Amino acid sequence: MKLAGRSLTPGSGEGPVAVVPPLSFWGGYDPETGTIIDRHHQAHGRSLAGVVLVMPSGRGSSSSSTVLAEAIRLGTAPSAIVLAEPDPILVVGAMVAEELYGRRCPIVVLAQADYARVVSAVRAEVVADSAAASVTIA
Amino acid sequence: MIRLDDHDRALLDGSRGAATAFAMRLLVRYGEAVGAPHFIDITRAHIDGCLYHGEASLDFAEHVLRLGGKVRVPTTLNVGSMDLIHPELFRGAPALGSAGRRLMEVHEALGCISSFTCAPYQTLFRPMLGEQIAWAESNAIVFANSVIGARTARYGDFIDLAAALTGRVPYAGLHVPENRQATVVFTVPAAVAAWPADALAVAVGSLVGERAGNEITAITGLPGGLSEDDLKALGAVGASSGAMAMFHAVGLTPEAPDVEAATGGVEPAVVEALSEADLTAAIGRLSTARPGMPVSAIALGTPHFSLAEFGRLMPLIDGFRRAPSVDLYVNTARDTHAELAARGWLARLEAAGFTLVVDTCTYVTSVMREISGVVMTNSGKWAHYAPGNLGIDVAFGSLEECMASAAAGRVVRRRP
Repeated sequence: MKLAGRSLTPGSGEGPVAVVPPLSFWGGYDPETGTIIDRHHQAHGRSLAGVVLVMPSGRGSSSSSTVLAEAIRLGTAPSAIVLAEPDPILVVGAMVAEELYGRRCPIVVLAQADYARVVSAVRAEVVADSAAASVTIA
Repeated sequence: MIRLDDHDRALLDGSRGAATAFAMRLLVRYGEAVGAPHFIDITRAHIDGCLYHGEASLDFAEHVLRLGGKVRVPTTLNVGSMDLIHPELFRGAPALGSAGRRLMEVHEALGCISSFTCAPYQTLFRPMLGEQIAWAESNAIVFANSVIGARTARYGDFIDLAAALTGRVPYAGLHVPENRQATVVFTVPAAVAAWPADALAVAVGSLVGERAGNEITAITGLPGGLSEDDLKALGAVGASSGAMAMFHAVGLTPEAPDVEAATGGVEPAVVEALSEADLTAAIGRLSTARPGMPVSAIALGTPHFSLAEFGRLMPLIDGFRRAPSVDLYVNTARDTHAELAARGWLARLEAAGFTLVVDTCTYVTSVMREISGVVMTNSGKWAHYAPGNLGIDVAFGSLEECMASAAAGRVVRRRP
């Protein structure tokens, strides 16, 4: 099934779907190991490297921009991020990583009904241009 | 899509330089993510990207410099990883120290002012009521919005420098008057009016931060004698325990002569009475150490100590003798440090055993010599972050309790 969404940052990526509650990358994600290190987070210890990260919204400190950019630099970032609400902090991290390292991490926003479909998917492929995006789920 | 005017398009199309165009591309994406209708001018910026968080921090700043970046508005710098005036204080890995120093130097080369302080509102570059600015650093954001009535959204990594390079920000968040109205009202009980003002401000800020989430709050019942430094402490801890970006202290802050003004006349969604027990418990949560435990250091000045705070400290060091096992630290801005020297206060502080730390802060970098025992502080923000950052036990107390503990060599409480 192919779902239409809004592109926050362009790029393409695919991988297994990882659905997690809102995560603050700063203090919550270790870009060296690519795992969730926030002990209070439900998915503590889980790796997000190469997955299509699905979460309702971003959360927490603006320093998350740097942590996401570091993770993209080190190859430990999700291959794409699917949100139900736009998050400016993650957008800035992904944009900076593209400029500095030439690596893209597309971030897209889906309407609530389509977001719910992705939550129950196993794999997803995200393709985003400068305005529109599609999420193909299986 | 965010609307662009001719000026925005010129910033974006490269005719004002490649660094400006890159910054504007970031701002357009950011503006679309926050749903802003258009951009506005800012008069000044404050950047916290000069604190080293990893290679991406330095790669970004170097990239902007290589593209020929120069800030377009007066831009102050937050603390860095190094005390450039006293580099010998740095005790971390040399590679980290030199990367941290380079990051600070690159920001100076971009045309930023070498303020290196988390309290830019204590410098000559303090904004005025109603000014539209782009500030990063959570305590500075809450101070500017609340205590001064200047208007800034919550800026941070990368986007703060982008705003400085263009002089433009998306019109959203706390730039918009309607978004500055309190939706939650907290009342402070009269029973706590006799508490030391610094400790009371921290108790209220900590609790309101925990309970209010992202909401703008109005706080009633605070004693009229609270100083600007007390409000600074309130906001700093509120932005640490929660996500406070603006509070109205009714009768004290400029946009809140009364509750109606703070809420814009709209019935608040929540009115919550804070009890003395709640406030005592909030203070308790800021300490991991118990009274009587040995103290290895006192950490003051988070946010950076103001001249007025030094004015309160000076009488307390008359006849004061620290216990030999206790180190004393105060973080402050380099400008304040110069003024201390001019007044002859610096020599007296050093004679009393104080180490003055400038350009940085004892909780973000490695400068403290001995942290095997408890570190005591009168900063709610320091107490909130230091156990995680430094792996230490902390005791929060008023300035008087900190000094009494430093003399005794163990945690001393004046209040039950």
